[in-house]
Amino acid sequence: MSPEAASLPEGILAHHFASLERQNEAMRLGMWLFLATEILLFAGLFTGYSVYRFEFPLAFAECSRHLSLTAGTVNTIVLITSSFTVALSIHFARTDQRRAAVVCLALTILLALGFLGIKAIEYTAHFREHALPGKYYAFEEVKIPGAAMFYTLYFMMTGLHGLHVVAGMSVLTWLLWRTNQGRYSSRYYTGLELGGLYWHLVDLVWIFLYPLLYLI
Amino acid sequence: MRLSEDDSHALAGAPAAPTYLEDGTTVMSWLNTRDHKRVGVMFLVSVILFFFLGGLFALLIRFKLLQPGPFFLDALGYNRMFTLHGVVMIFLFLIPSIPSAFGNFVLPLMLGARDVAFPRLNLFSYYLYLAGAVLAILAMIQGGADTGWTFYTPYSSTTATQVLPVLLGVFILGFSSILTGLNFIVTVHTLRAPGLSWMRLPLFVWGIYGTSIIQVLATPVIGITVLIVAVERVGGFGLFDPARGGDPVLFQHMFWFYSHPAVYIMVLPGMGVISETVAAFSRKNPFGYKAIAMSSLGIAFVGFFTWGHHMFVAGQSTFNAGAFGILSMFVGVFTAIKVFNWVGTMYRGAISFKTPFAYICGFLYFIVFGGMTGVALATTSLDIHWHDTYFVVAHFHFIMVGASVMAFLAALHYWFPKMFGRMYPEGWGLVAASLIILGFNATFIPQFLLGNFGMPRRYYQYPEHFQALNVASTAGATLLGFGFLIILIYMTIALRYGQRSEANPWGSKGFEWLTASPPPTHNFDEIPTITQMPHDYRTHEPPGVIRVA
Repeated sequence: MSPEAASLPEGILAHHFASLERQNEAMRLGMWLFLATEILLFAGLFTGYSVYRFEFPLAFAECSRHLSLTAGTVNTIVLITSSFTVALSIHFARTDQRRAAVVCLALTILLALGFLGIKAIEYTAHFREHALPGKYYAFEEVKIPGAAMFYTLYFMMTGLHGLHVVAGMSVLTWLLWRTNQGRYSSRYYTGLELGGLYWHLVDLVWIFLYPLLYLI
Repeated sequence: MRLSEDDSHALAGAPAAPTYLEDGTTVMSWLNTRDHKRVGVMFLVSVILFFFLGGLFALLIRFKLLQPGPFFLDALGYNRMFTLHGVVMIFLFLIPSIPSAFGNFVLPLMLGARDVAFPRLNLFSYYLYLAGAVLAILAMIQGGADTGWTFYTPYSSTTATQVLPVLLGVFILGFSSILTGLNFIVTVHTLRAPGLSWMRLPLFVWGIYGTSIIQVLATPVIGITVLIVAVERVGGFGLFDPARGGDPVLFQHMFWFYSHPAVYIMVLPGMGVISETVAAFSRKNPFGYKAIAMSSLGIAFVGFFTWGHHMFVAGQSTFNAGAFGILSMFVGVFTAIKVFNWVGTMYRGAISFKTPFAYICGFLYFIVFGGMTGVALATTSLDIHWHDTYFVVAHFHFIMVGASVMAFLAALHYWFPKMFGRMYPEGWGLVAASLIILGFNATFIPQFLLGNFGMPRRYYQYPEHFQALNVASTAGATLLGFGFLIILIYMTIALRYGQRSEANPWGSKGFEWLTASPPPTHNFDEIPTITQMPHDYRTHEPPGVIRVA
């Protein structure tokens, strides 16, 4: 075992890797591949969106106008800010400022909660107006064909994204705990970095959802 | 120090490290293992189990088809049977078969690695596989689904049978497949032994690498597709439902975007196995190493752009159909490159006609026959005549059973001594191989004829003048079943009582034979330094140098 590996906290370098550098490379590559699968998972819904938007352009535009632009915009800002705080937390961990890293992670989780809160308010409004997917659609204000399809896609896309926000929050909470224990420092911070990458992806998906759903 | 072949045997026989089989013998030591070899063995046992289950369903279908009218099964039972046959064979056997079982076992050995990059994820992938299988079995106990393994909407979102657990099972199995593929890609990138450059990678590794790319990039799409169908069944969201403005053809596009590349998940690893074994049993360097390696990537790439050929009669534009037809034929070009190189490897080699070699011959014949009929089917004008007939059924069975299962059996016999340190009975091996190749032809050649005469697939009843060919096909299937049963019996016996094998009974120059058979838990006492191409039979030196401390 190299002296560099010996100075690491217990259990970081797995037995089958020759060096920490190589292991970090493997972990990063694995994460990027995983992110690719996530993008392809969403790609199915984006394909559905493009097909039906070409089929029902009027209904999509009309329904989009009934979404709350303010809520969507605020949520976009909230998520982008959370991406910034998670990047900061990696920076602080890397420069051995543990307390600052923990605070930034906590902020990220709070912003994610805020995002979900705003989304919940929007969902409540849709339920009240019966602007719901498929066979449940009974929205009085838009009655053209394709409106139900817009809400089907809206709920499935934001719903799947919401699930990813929840998953991301769980990962970040775990990372917060590990950071607080002092696992991530200038010697080793790959785990935290990967969590940050995942959170950026969650953010990035929303950056595509926002114009497609709110800004038509 | 440089080891001669004899020395490496002596080294392998040294009692220094316990083999992976002896390192913990409790059930928990298996269920909780991180060892890629044990995960591979668990996958192997599971996929063989499901292969026989799926085969049983196939025999029941064939038994019903002995009579043109209602017989043995009612119509719904028949529909359930062919759905179960498809789901079990594709998702529980073919997709995980070679990559998850043999890939897991030999890929790290071939790379000179101590394990796959993410051993815990690897075990998790196995448990996901089990979870998906349990869901599928649950659905079977509750009566099964009757949609066919393709789950076409809107039928799949409205039928009263148990489609939901099957869909969720497929989703979870997809997850397992993605994690295995991801693990292999990272392993190949980061855990190659010193001296093992990309252009020295064993051809099996190239095959698995191409497969893994498909697994990672195509599987998420079937994931979201079956989720949408599940939501559609539960909530009536209508994304694929024409009654609510949805488009069922969109389902077909999304389904085949995965399920056509999935054919290459099933056949590319098999091509890798053939590339290894054909060199080992011809004792000759692989002919056209680069061409074989690159055509694996070529198939993986072009495979993503051929899905439309499943939809020639689904209202696709003429231009789309033509484009998809031509792109599909490229797969034939890449496959032909491989076939020529395999035959080139045999040419003037010192062939030893062992059981794996019998399967290599079977494979070559089936892939050429199946591939040629595939090129014919990619021609739109011909496809309109053959679409959804038994001709298509026979074509894809030639590839999936003919090619993939032959490769699976070649791998099983070739790596059996590597995995368990014992030999299978050679005589019985050749008997079973002949029976299987004969039985396979007897099963599916009549189906080519039936399809050409216009018998549609999946129909419960058929006109009486088709009966003779159907009886012939059922007789062939029975023969085929006996062949597989013989293998199961002699392999089970060989596991316990087979003759102990040497470390390298084939004298193979594949890198996985650099270590003992069966290998110790950590694979190599010292990581070898690779000094040659794989299967370099021009020299008498082993392909790697092991420094002994």
